[in-house]
Amino acid sequence: MSEDLLCFRNVSKNYYGNNVLSNISFDVKKGEIHALIGENGAGKSTLMNILFGMPVIHTTGGYSGDILIDGKKVDIKSPHAAMEAGIGMVHQEFMLIPQYTIAENIKLNREITSPNVISRVFGKRLETIDMASMNADSRKALDKLDMDIEAYTVVAGLPVGHMEFIEIAREIDKTGLKILVFDEPTAVLTESEAQNLLAAIRRLAGMGIGIIFISHRLDEIVSVADRVTVLRDGEHVATKNISDTNAAEIASLMIGRKVSIERAGGPRVNISDEIELSIEDLHVAMPGEKVKGIDLQVKKGEIVGIGGLAGQGKLGIANGIMGTYPTRGRVVFKGKELKLNDPHSTIESGIAFVSEDRKGVGLLLNESIELNIAFTAMQIKNRFMKNVMGMKFQNDSEMRSHALRMIKELDIRCESPAQHTGSLSGGNQQKVCVARALTQEPTFLFVSEPTRGIDIGAKKLILDLLLKLNEEMGMTIVMTSSELAELRSICDRIVIICEGKIGGVLPPDATDAEFGLLMSGSKANTAERSL
Amino acid sequence: MGELLRTPAENKSVGQWLLDNIVTLIFVAFTLFGFFVSDNVSLPFFLSELSSRIFRNSFLVLSLIIPVLAGLGLNFGIVIGAMSGQIAISIVRYFELGGISGLLYAFVIAFFVAALCGYFTGLLYNKTRGQEMIASLIVGYFANGIYQFLFLFVVGVIIAVPATHPMIKPDGIGIRMTVDLVPVKSGGLKYALDDIWTMPFVYALLVIAVGIIIFTIARYWFNEKRGEGYRNNRRSAAGNILLGLALAAVSLYSIAAETSLLMVRRVPVVTGLLILALCIFTVLITKTKLGQDFRSAGFNQHVSQVSGINVDQTRIIATVISTVLAAWGQIIYLQNMGTLNTYNAHTQIGMFSVASLLVGGASTSNANIKNAIFGTILFNSMFIMSPEIGQSLFGQALLGEYFRTFMVYGVIGLALGLYVWKALKQSKAAALKED
Repeated sequence: MSEDLLCFRNVSKNYYGNNVLSNISFDVKKGEIHALIGENGAGKSTLMNILFGMPVIHTTGGYSGDILIDGKKVDIKSPHAAMEAGIGMVHQEFMLIPQYTIAENIKLNREITSPNVISRVFGKRLETIDMASMNADSRKALDKLDMDIEAYTVVAGLPVGHMEFIEIAREIDKTGLKILVFDEPTAVLTESEAQNLLAAIRRLAGMGIGIIFISHRLDEIVSVADRVTVLRDGEHVATKNISDTNAAEIASLMIGRKVSIERAGGPRVNISDEIELSIEDLHVAMPGEKVKGIDLQVKKGEIVGIGGLAGQGKLGIANGIMGTYPTRGRVVFKGKELKLNDPHSTIESGIAFVSEDRKGVGLLLNESIELNIAFTAMQIKNRFMKNVMGMKFQNDSEMRSHALRMIKELDIRCESPAQHTGSLSGGNQQKVCVARALTQEPTFLFVSEPTRGIDIGAKKLILDLLLKLNEEMGMTIVMTSSELAELRSICDRIVIICEGKIGGVLPPDATDAEFGLLMSGSKANTAERSL
Repeated sequence: MGELLRTPAENKSVGQWLLDNIVTLIFVAFTLFGFFVSDNVSLPFFLSELSSRIFRNSFLVLSLIIPVLAGLGLNFGIVIGAMSGQIAISIVRYFELGGISGLLYAFVIAFFVAALCGYFTGLLYNKTRGQEMIASLIVGYFANGIYQFLFLFVVGVIIAVPATHPMIKPDGIGIRMTVDLVPVKSGGLKYALDDIWTMPFVYALLVIAVGIIIFTIARYWFNEKRGEGYRNNRRSAAGNILLGLALAAVSLYSIAAETSLLMVRRVPVVTGLLILALCIFTVLITKTKLGQDFRSAGFNQHVSQVSGINVDQTRIIATVISTVLAAWGQIIYLQNMGTLNTYNAHTQIGMFSVASLLVGGASTSNANIKNAIFGTILFNSMFIMSPEIGQSLFGQALLGEYFRTFMVYGVIGLALGLYVWKALKQSKAAALKED
């Protein structure tokens, strides 16, 4: 098959004995748009890192299997070698310098120079930059994309869509480009910009460039790609012609059924009709997890799950309400409006938060378990304090007895309450975080990624603990997690966040395809069921 | 100069413009205030003092520009360059090499010493990424320790020197607190550069004025011719030409009407040419591949690295250039002073030069020649005026001296604070502006 531009043959990769890719084989033809789809951690980025010869691959023992370009086996050792082999990439985060002009960005470190008197003596690096030729070259690349913007315009202040095109122009400008990888190219674009981009991608394919199109937006994949390859948990699930498949099928291939859902108990009784937390038009500027306008109501006694792919904004919701990142909108808790951007008053009102960033925000790693448990309550509620001659001191004995009770109740495995939290295992650290949240005596609990980095046995314990808090203490819980299976196991309903907005709300027993379609922001939202 | 002459751009409010130039404006106001309250400062005295200070200090201030471009911030580490320059001067003085040839020896020795020190400083900056400025400040103090060890102990104890040498302390160990550099006539370095060729102040002013006009027109014409007309800024070009015409008019009037300006001290032409050469060098290097790499690394190290630029090496080159230039600047400074204040001459150089650059409107991420020259003029005006203000307002010149110190550190603090505050405000606005 001489038409095959790029072939992956049984490509596998493991990090320290952990298989992250096994036996991936597919090929990209000349002028083909080949979509690559998969959940977070499915192996897309690892595969691209291999293709680009990223150092992270070679410092961890390389990969097995073959990569063929034009039918010849290649061994790409560095990003530079990838560039020479004709592989280009349009990054998700723009690799642009905003203070530079378009031409300077397109020619970054490939500047056209002309020799002068000094450079003849001291070497090439002192050659004069030939800005006119750089502008002319950039003009050609921009013309190929139908961009009529002047090459000497400064990038800062241009619309995001233009920046994407400048990145593409840079790749086109490199001589001998054969394969161009787009990593989530439309994630930051408006709809019309995205349409322009897709048109440009088709045009590039028309020039005979092979395109690898990584996206989670199923609609786009269906409309632009020729073929699609689905990865799941590092395995190659399927490669299909777009004409032979549809969005629903791709979605269910992508999600798959990893763990059978083991739901504890039958329908739950303690959900009242009272609305405890009401969120209106919430915007949170959390880097990488932006929330762009969410309306959500949580009933008293409910466990609500928040799911979605990474970077879509699911983590931003709890962080925004707790005041960790700049936030605007309206949040009403128990009939009173919360003061946003003020963690103190939020915690005071009875909302507690177990952060996804256990080691950064969640714990003081070099302090004892007892101090970690008592810390927030000391700050906010003045608990564990005693007055000595008008000055406040921490009440060590009260802290100790409280810590011992928590250690017993939550079954925290430790040597003593004075042990540093940094030396605990992930699961026990998480329990300390929960203990600290409980010490604030909340009626409402935000839990983000409670089982991240915890082994399977401990996961179950944490989830059971949450369920117990809900059932026995009537605590309302909003749990954010990347693991759908875990949300499905304890939540009453699951809100899927897509692109900073609510994609839809599903019951825990909805099908894989329904979850997959919502996560991919598919506009064919027939899957959404009313609750 | 452009910052002040240029009227605020359309999309910027007057308030914003005031905020952007607050440091510069404070200094302009202060100098004018000085003229207003003190009646014993004559214009010729002021200009004599000012011009000699400008020729003495400009080179040092200009040496700060390249590290700023390369994203290293304000390089307080130029004190290391200054020490290198003093080591070179000491060696030259010890062997009693005088005159222009002695000066050239000093330049060559300083080049090698400063390049070596600059390389190590650059390595340090690469290890302390993000904290280069504080690192540069501390490494300056550290180097001062080594310098003192070298001059107070090594000379005399490890390197045998005759106790009878005029540089060496009477006990034969260490170098004296002050070393006379001896006039050129007696085989020394004093005024070795300045006295090659001097010219009356008003003529120099005329030459500078004509130079500004010719340069502005030539640049405008070249840009148009090369099809880079978009680089031209009509408003700033017009401002420059107006400034040139004004300066030319003042000097021509002074010559014709024989005003008091003719009494201003003569100016050193060769020193001026060296400063001009450094300006041209700084401009030309930004137009080379190396200069582009400086700017790329300065704007975004990560993007530059991914694009294959050797960021570490680029930053080291920038530090080496800056250190060498500072060493040469210190030699120019010392030959003008005429004495080497062995243990104090370099200590304030970093602070004063940085303050000058900031006063000219530079920030930790942006600096140009205009900032350096204009800042040097303003900063030294303040320096001359503050004792006068102290004298006439409080009857004590010393109070003005204290005020001087307050201004130096205040300016650095204010400029750094404002810069961080602006950046924070921008990032917050950008974060919530989305959607």
